[in-house]
Amino acid sequence: MSTIFLLLILLLGFLITFQIAKASEYVGILKGEKKNLEQNNRINGFLMIAFLVLGLIGVYCCNEMFKGRILGEAASDHGEKIDNMLYITIAITGVVFFITQILLFWFAFKYQYSEKRKAYYFPHNNKLELIWTVIPAIALTVLVGFGLYYWFRITGDAPKDAMQVEVTGKQFAWIFRYPGKDNIFGKKYFRNINDEKDNQLGLLWDDPASHDDLVVGNTMYLIVNKPVRLIINSRDVIHDVGLSHFRMKMDAVPGTPTTMWFTPKFTTEEMRKKLNDPEFEYEISCDQMCGRGHFSMKGIIRVVTQEEFILWRAKEKPNYARVFTDNAPASPGKTDSTKAPTAKINSTAAKLLAQTK
Amino acid sequence: MSNEATLHGHAEVGTSHEVHHDEHGMHHHKETFITKYVFSQDHKMICKQFLITGMIWAILGGLMSVLFRLQLGYPDSTFPWLEDVLGKWAKGGKIQPEAYYALVTMHGTVLVFFVLTGGLSGTFANYLIPLQIGARDMASPFLNMLSYWFFWMASVVILSSLFIETGPASGGWTVYPPLSALGDANLGSKAGMDFWIIGMALFVVSSLLGGLNYITTILNMRTKGMSMTRLPLTIWALFFTAVLGVLSFPVLLSGLILLLFDRHAGTSFYLSDIFLTSTRQALPNEGGSAILFQHLFWFLGHPEVYIIILPAMGIVSEVMAVNSRKPIFGYMAMIGSLFAIAILAFLVWAHHMFVTGLNPFLGSVFVLLTLLIAVPSAIKVFNWITTIWRGNIRFTASMLFAIGFVSLFISGGLTGIFLGNSTLDIHLHDTLFVVAHFHIVMGVSAFFGMFCGIYHWFPKMFGRYLNNTMSYIHFWVTFAGAYLIFWPMHYEGLAGMPRRYLDYSGWHSFNQFGGLNRFISTVAMIVFAVQLMFVFNFFYSIFKGRKVTSQNPWGANTLEWSTPIRPGHGNWPGEIPEVHRWAYDYGKDGREFIPQTEPISANESKH
Repeated sequence: MSTIFLLLILLLGFLITFQIAKASEYVGILKGEKKNLEQNNRINGFLMIAFLVLGLIGVYCCNEMFKGRILGEAASDHGEKIDNMLYITIAITGVVFFITQILLFWFAFKYQYSEKRKAYYFPHNNKLELIWTVIPAIALTVLVGFGLYYWFRITGDAPKDAMQVEVTGKQFAWIFRYPGKDNIFGKKYFRNINDEKDNQLGLLWDDPASHDDLVVGNTMYLIVNKPVRLIINSRDVIHDVGLSHFRMKMDAVPGTPTTMWFTPKFTTEEMRKKLNDPEFEYEISCDQMCGRGHFSMKGIIRVVTQEEFILWRAKEKPNYARVFTDNAPASPGKTDSTKAPTAKINSTAAKLLAQTK
Repeated sequence: MSNEATLHGHAEVGTSHEVHHDEHGMHHHKETFITKYVFSQDHKMICKQFLITGMIWAILGGLMSVLFRLQLGYPDSTFPWLEDVLGKWAKGGKIQPEAYYALVTMHGTVLVFFVLTGGLSGTFANYLIPLQIGARDMASPFLNMLSYWFFWMASVVILSSLFIETGPASGGWTVYPPLSALGDANLGSKAGMDFWIIGMALFVVSSLLGGLNYITTILNMRTKGMSMTRLPLTIWALFFTAVLGVLSFPVLLSGLILLLFDRHAGTSFYLSDIFLTSTRQALPNEGGSAILFQHLFWFLGHPEVYIIILPAMGIVSEVMAVNSRKPIFGYMAMIGSLFAIAILAFLVWAHHMFVTGLNPFLGSVFVLLTLLIAVPSAIKVFNWITTIWRGNIRFTASMLFAIGFVSLFISGGLTGIFLGNSTLDIHLHDTLFVVAHFHIVMGVSAFFGMFCGIYHWFPKMFGRYLNNTMSYIHFWVTFAGAYLIFWPMHYEGLAGMPRRYLDYSGWHSFNQFGGLNRFISTVAMIVFAVQLMFVFNFFYSIFKGRKVTSQNPWGANTLEWSTPIRPGHGNWPGEIPEVHRWAYDYGKDGREFIPQTEPISANESKH
């Protein structure tokens, strides 16, 4: 009912606008074309400068309103670099933005039509054009310079002592694998994947290196201040490991493993205190369109201290042990639905998905 | 010499068709309704066909965005009327994830290809090229007609895909495989994706037929005296646009054909190591590369954004000069920067792929080339600003849109410098920052270029004026709305909010922007309503608008204003006028404007 009401109001508003528009056209004809043009010109010239002033106020207000909500300090060393680059870029482009926008609207206002003014015939000026070719070129060289300096440091090789975790995306969840005590990931082959037999990654049990591999769902544990190298895979379509607090991101491509590395700076606990938010978690968002559940494909990263990590790992059973020492075959989906934080995750999204099944 | 040869050519065409032009030369001997309005070979009619088809698509595409903005702004509410309209796609009055993704995908496809490529280039290239270079029609009016009808067929195929049981394509307008290749991974990748590929193939054919025609016409059929450096900037822009299209669309087509093979012929171009959870089966494909498709797609995809924006730049340059009563500043620099942009357009595609695992060194090369584009873009902006400096500006609706275009192009262009820098792209890639960036710089800007052109040439197209008051309301609401929608969206992107999410409430990191999303959705709906008012103004004015009484209402120099108020097929009764000067002699020697057809007098100053 309210929808129909809304539509009626809209229609009425439209009809009124139309009548005014038609009437003003007749008035314009009566007043004479020239006078009409001059009047319209004055109104629009004024609106130009008004738009500039209101726009600049709006930019300021918008910034005041939202600057506190954009995630705060970066939680990784690479994130700091990226934030630095962001500030450099905002500074340079900001200057250009204000100069050009102010000139544009100011000129539009100042040089609006007047009977007395004659337009100045000014077809070109090589010196001016050279200046505004060279200056942007220099500014961009600075940006490219900083950008590539950081880019190569971020994408360069991970430190040798970096911890390794394999991340695999599937529709619509994340699976994490730790190499175990031998620090070697066992071999795997995608045709061995069997969710019913608790082999989500298709590990080859013939390979002894796979026997101590830890495979967990939903929550990845990392050690604070220890570099971590993620080896990223996908089981089906392209996903993307998006870590907005760490400012990192890398696609998960089926058939082509990718990597990224970074060093977490704060534990989850520290972040909770820092942000005064007891619910805080580092979230992994899927940033590449991957199907109907894309918007709910969430993972959690817990950054903990070395001791806490060792305790956690001691409690987890390797995938091999789970399959072969628990005599009974594991129930389907055991690994990704029984871990503690899962239940809480995204209940609205889960509901949405359930409705459409 | 070539000029004279073409002139002879025209004379023959003119006589063999026995065209009789009178002052209101709409009447043509053998014209029937079919040949005049349907299978017309007159470039002016084909332009109108493209324009009106484009407008229908724009309304549909805009409506899709209103629907998904409804979901984004009000993720917790239900709208029972949605179920009445969309049926199972909005069960319980809530847009389902599949429907949401289908809407997003089709919104992108429709606006990028069918409105801002077909609708924009198709309209203005068809209209302006023959009229502004002084030709009676395109080099091949027949191919030109086919170009429209292929566009029409493509439209029909894409439109019908909206109605099939499994829905239209829904893997994003970039249709990355494997998602788009596997029906079991995504509902929209069943029949909908085949429709999408067939529709796009037809679209590519249309675009090639049109593009080749535009290039040939501009190179061969200019009237006597119209050297390349006397062409209005609109023609230069449309020329580079056509070249970009001809060189890049075939690459998209080849990429799509490989995708079609992967879908139906069991090949593994893009597929490897896939296990589908929904069927619990591993696929036999091995050795393909999903990234290969992205290279092929973006080899078109990046030039595509310039295919969209260059015509808008050309239109804005022309309209700014006319309404500032001043020559465009730095004509040669404007052509040079168009040329530079056209070349660089082919060398930057991988900046869409910085986080795909691309070799970091290769990434760095693309950073350099991408940021290089900012130089010609900056030249253009400064030249536009200098064009209005010390002008005598008339704020016609088209001039307002031209100024709005420059403002938006600056804002959107500058955020491109963020995204083109791979370091920042790591954080910003596939967030709402990207959405805000490209909507401002190629979505809204290109629309502003299009509105600018429609308002400027509407009197020439239909012999009547659009209503001024409605035009002004249209401009100011759209302009303010565009900034209100997309400016705050950058902040959501800086917070890392991923794009293509239909509900952020389940995310601890991203749920702080609920209020802002509602605000954006509301503004988007208002702006959409105002576009409907424009459409009304457009059709109302075709029949009831104030009549044009003078041949050259804007006091412009270019050739189209030397034709009769309602030109017939063939454009000029009698001889095609000869051109003696460039298109931008405004305010020279104390005269307000000097048309291109006027010979240079002995005591005229040189520039």
